[in-house]
Amino acid sequence: MSSFRGRDVLSIRDFTPADIQLVLRTARKMVPIAVGEKRSRSLEGKILSTLFYEPSTRTRLSFESAMARLGGRALGFSSAEGTSVQKGETLADTIRMVEAYSDAIVLRHPHEGAARLAAEFTEKPVINAGDGAGQHPTQTLLDLYTIWDEKGSFEGQNVTLVGDLKYGRTVHSLAYALAELGAHLTFVSPPTLEMPTEILEQVKEKGLSFRAAHRLEEVIRDADVLYVTRIQKERFPDPQEYEKVAGSYRVDMEVLRDAKRGLIIMHPLPRVTEIAPEVDRTKHAVYFKQAFNAVPVRMALLDLILGEGA
Amino acid sequence: MRELRVTPIKNGTVIDHIPAGLALKVLKILGIGDAVTSTVTVAMHVPSQAMGWKDIVKVEDRELGGRELDKIALIAPAATVNVIRNYNVAEKRPLALPDRAVGILRCANPNCISNVREPIESSFVVRSKSPLRVVCKYCDRELEDIVSHIL
Repeated sequence: MSSFRGRDVLSIRDFTPADIQLVLRTARKMVPIAVGEKRSRSLEGKILSTLFYEPSTRTRLSFESAMARLGGRALGFSSAEGTSVQKGETLADTIRMVEAYSDAIVLRHPHEGAARLAAEFTEKPVINAGDGAGQHPTQTLLDLYTIWDEKGSFEGQNVTLVGDLKYGRTVHSLAYALAELGAHLTFVSPPTLEMPTEILEQVKEKGLSFRAAHRLEEVIRDADVLYVTRIQKERFPDPQEYEKVAGSYRVDMEVLRDAKRGLIIMHPLPRVTEIAPEVDRTKHAVYFKQAFNAVPVRMALLDLILGEGA
Repeated sequence: MRELRVTPIKNGTVIDHIPAGLALKVLKILGIGDAVTSTVTVAMHVPSQAMGWKDIVKVEDRELGGRELDKIALIAPAATVNVIRNYNVAEKRPLALPDRAVGILRCANPNCISNVREPIESSFVVRSKSPLRVVCKYCDRELEDIVSHIL
């Protein structure tokens, strides 16, 4: 029996490197089931609640697909509209009610810390599917899976994170986990959107060095993994300034001229202009595969938490 | 003859060795405002052998309890709290910074679930005691200006 049975998934910080490795290995075994080549009934009779207080098509559908592929069922809502939330029900009460209807709860909520609160009000496992600008641990796990699946390991890989490193929640959790797993990190961002000091301190605590740069061209030739994030327009008071900054972090064939042959490019999607469409046809592009990986990784988590064989 | 700046009290609490300038914050913690029925004496910027300068607060007819002491420990961990009964020190209540600050601080993050109408108390993990650093249990953010977020 694994330590995952009945466990909450609230933050990537709750995972040891051994936990992460177990999820990744399990996810790989799930791939034939995720693509429909094999069948599984391991979660037959189990019900997953998906409570999405704000819309997130990709995350919700991949959880529901993961549950269905394992023979279980999912129920829930995809926005707070038309639910008892609109009548003023607290999250705590909603969770206490939903507990009676399902075996596990997936929660996406606009307030930071919502998943931790939810976990305090139910015995059933709670999986955080994004809480405001806070944690999104299953996204981190699928990002880690993509790197591991493509590169075979984390240790010694040069992972370059580029874009909005200040507000982008996925990059904070990812940087923390990668440091824990022994990857070398490089941070590339405009001066106003640098990685917060707190995250840098945590990377240092792991005994790892990192590089910080403002220009992608300075570091691209050393990168094994390029993780691109969207720079949001609303972070800039001046639209012209935004255009200038966003343009300078655009990944196109010109930028990739000096890149390693084996470089992989990742993006949590949706992308806007930060990766040129011409890059899609190169071997570097793994972002659509990364999006597919959401299903086997979420299947692995659900199976470890709810499955009989877990 | 030496003039006493602050006279002894018969019953109540004396909070001594408050870092100079923080006496008014202590009053705020104790909720001492308009509706006070007993005498409160405040001495600010008093010479101290150990500290150079210090503040003292004396509250008559009131003995301080757990949460009040935890709050004082947040801003003045080295202060001493003596309970006075019949002009004598009846009890010395040690101030100890707890590992968790529950229900005594408000999270500065307006988007934190602990600032929404939910049936929970705020809760902070004390990451370091000197200097004092606390992190919200819910949103994981470090609280920058601790003193002004005391409930």
